[in-house]
Amino acid sequence: MSVTRPAVSTDQTPVRRDVVDPIFRYVAFFAATLLLAVLGGLIVALLIGGWPALAKFGPSFFFSTTWDPVREVFGAAGPIVGTVVSSFLALAMALPIALGIAIFLTQFCPRAIAQPIAVMTELLAGIPSIVYGMWGLFVFAPWFAKHIQTPLSALGGIFAGVPNGANIFTASVILAVMILPYMAAVFRELFRSIPPQVREAAFGMGATPFEAVTRVLVPYVQKGLVGAVMLGFGRALGETMAVTFIIGNSHAFPTSLFSSSSTLASTIANEFGEASGMHASALIALGLVLFLITFAVLAVARWLLSTQRY
Amino acid sequence: MIANPGRAARRKLISGLFTGACMLATGVALVALLLILWSLLTQGLSGINLDIITKDTSAGGLRNAIVGSVMMCLVAMVFSVVVGILAGTWLAEIGGDTRYGHTVRFLNDVLLSAPSILVGVFVTTILVNPFGGASGWAGAVALAILATPVVTRTTEDILNLQPSSLREASMALGASQFVTVRRVIWKAAGAGLLTGGLLGFARISGETAPLLHTAGDTQFMHEPWWDIPGMMSNQNASLPVMMYNFALSPFEDANKLAWAGAVLLAFAVLGINVLGRWLAREKKM
Repeated sequence: MSVTRPAVSTDQTPVRRDVVDPIFRYVAFFAATLLLAVLGGLIVALLIGGWPALAKFGPSFFFSTTWDPVREVFGAAGPIVGTVVSSFLALAMALPIALGIAIFLTQFCPRAIAQPIAVMTELLAGIPSIVYGMWGLFVFAPWFAKHIQTPLSALGGIFAGVPNGANIFTASVILAVMILPYMAAVFRELFRSIPPQVREAAFGMGATPFEAVTRVLVPYVQKGLVGAVMLGFGRALGETMAVTFIIGNSHAFPTSLFSSSSTLASTIANEFGEASGMHASALIALGLVLFLITFAVLAVARWLLSTQRY
Repeated sequence: MIANPGRAARRKLISGLFTGACMLATGVALVALLLILWSLLTQGLSGINLDIITKDTSAGGLRNAIVGSVMMCLVAMVFSVVVGILAGTWLAEIGGDTRYGHTVRFLNDVLLSAPSILVGVFVTTILVNPFGGASGWAGAVALAILATPVVTRTTEDILNLQPSSLREASMALGASQFVTVRRVIWKAAGAGLLTGGLLGFARISGETAPLLHTAGDTQFMHEPWWDIPGMMSNQNASLPVMMYNFALSPFEDANKLAWAGAVLLAFAVLGINVLGRWLAREKKM
């Protein structure tokens, strides 16, 4: 951009401007590049650290359920399945609730109380993960074990498992509460971005509020909604502390809804401190798997959200 | 006039049920929040007393953990605010529309939601293992990596809200781009930039996973207390890591201390979040 220098004198001499501006641009450019360098360094560190384990176990690392630090045999199938299943369950629970919140707050709720309620739901996002973990461990899991799991475990099948409340299902409930506010916030933004004429047109055609929402408003922001769901999924995949507290930390392949299990992140959190050699490398390889899964999910989420202009 | 009154009634009923379901969903979220806050108050409030800030974790207080947390977060924020504001400014004012700019923005968003445990693993491999063990500095670097994308993102968003007439007016007076950004744009966006910093701070002050293997844990305050470089060069306690260790301890006293820590941490983080949002709202009006 060329700006002609005015005749009025300023405290800037042309010399200083020619020197300071490029320096400023370079420094800012350097800061932006630093972010990329960190991400690149993270990938390289995970690749280098995880390589020994990946090279030794090959494809069986992803398919074997043996995780034995004593014999130094490692297979990640248990944690991978635990991660994906717990995140899916969490998503299944959080999605209808987050959608309900967003629709209620943007369509039905009186203006005066919409803002306070929105702030309260967003407070859920501000509670640290470790606090969710403690709440799950000391409050939710014992209650769940006594009042829900014990009666249900008599049925066996998908309800089989030690009734101690530390299982893949309780972990998913906590995860659902944690990703709920993020999804609800993006949903709300999306619904708010719809021009009011669209909604008015639906009502003008005689649609009931239910029909206006399901047949006009939701299709209008479809892509963005899918993006927000994937964003929530990405968060659930990488969530560490809360899950570590209540998933039971067993590396066995989960066989029921109430099986103790583990996730990629919880396994790293539990074992990385004491691990060395091949064990440490296997844990870093778990990290690499986690990174690749979340990166793919988040990339698709961001892409969907960016194509939906809001 | 209505051709089929039964059908209209059914449509109204479905719509009413739908509205009810949406209210119910909102209720579920609010109940979850209240249950968690209620547990915090009933379990943790009794553990809050003067010992918390005067004694170390070895003696039933939280002094060393609080000091460790604050120190690591502050060091991380100094780095994050400088890099984040510069990077956000670059995206908003200089190179955001280039191909490289789109890449940076996209990957910053990915970094924003990347699992924090991976940052812990990364910092452990580059700063802990080669340098002989966990330290406060390593913990601070891990936290800085998590806070910087938050600051970058909010900075870019806030700067984009500033009207371009401000930039044009400044340029027309003959100011250089640097002076325009520093004296006009950053000044106009002041409260918003502060919000970015506070949101980043809120994010990292509750983080446990990245500190677990980078910062370690101690039972005592570093002596002498004013020797900050010494404190940061050794293992450093923090509230979240203390809570993790004590919550999983079989001793009831330790559990109680963990709950007291949970109350402090949760309300501190919630407070910072609310303050940040409130500042941002003032600015947008």
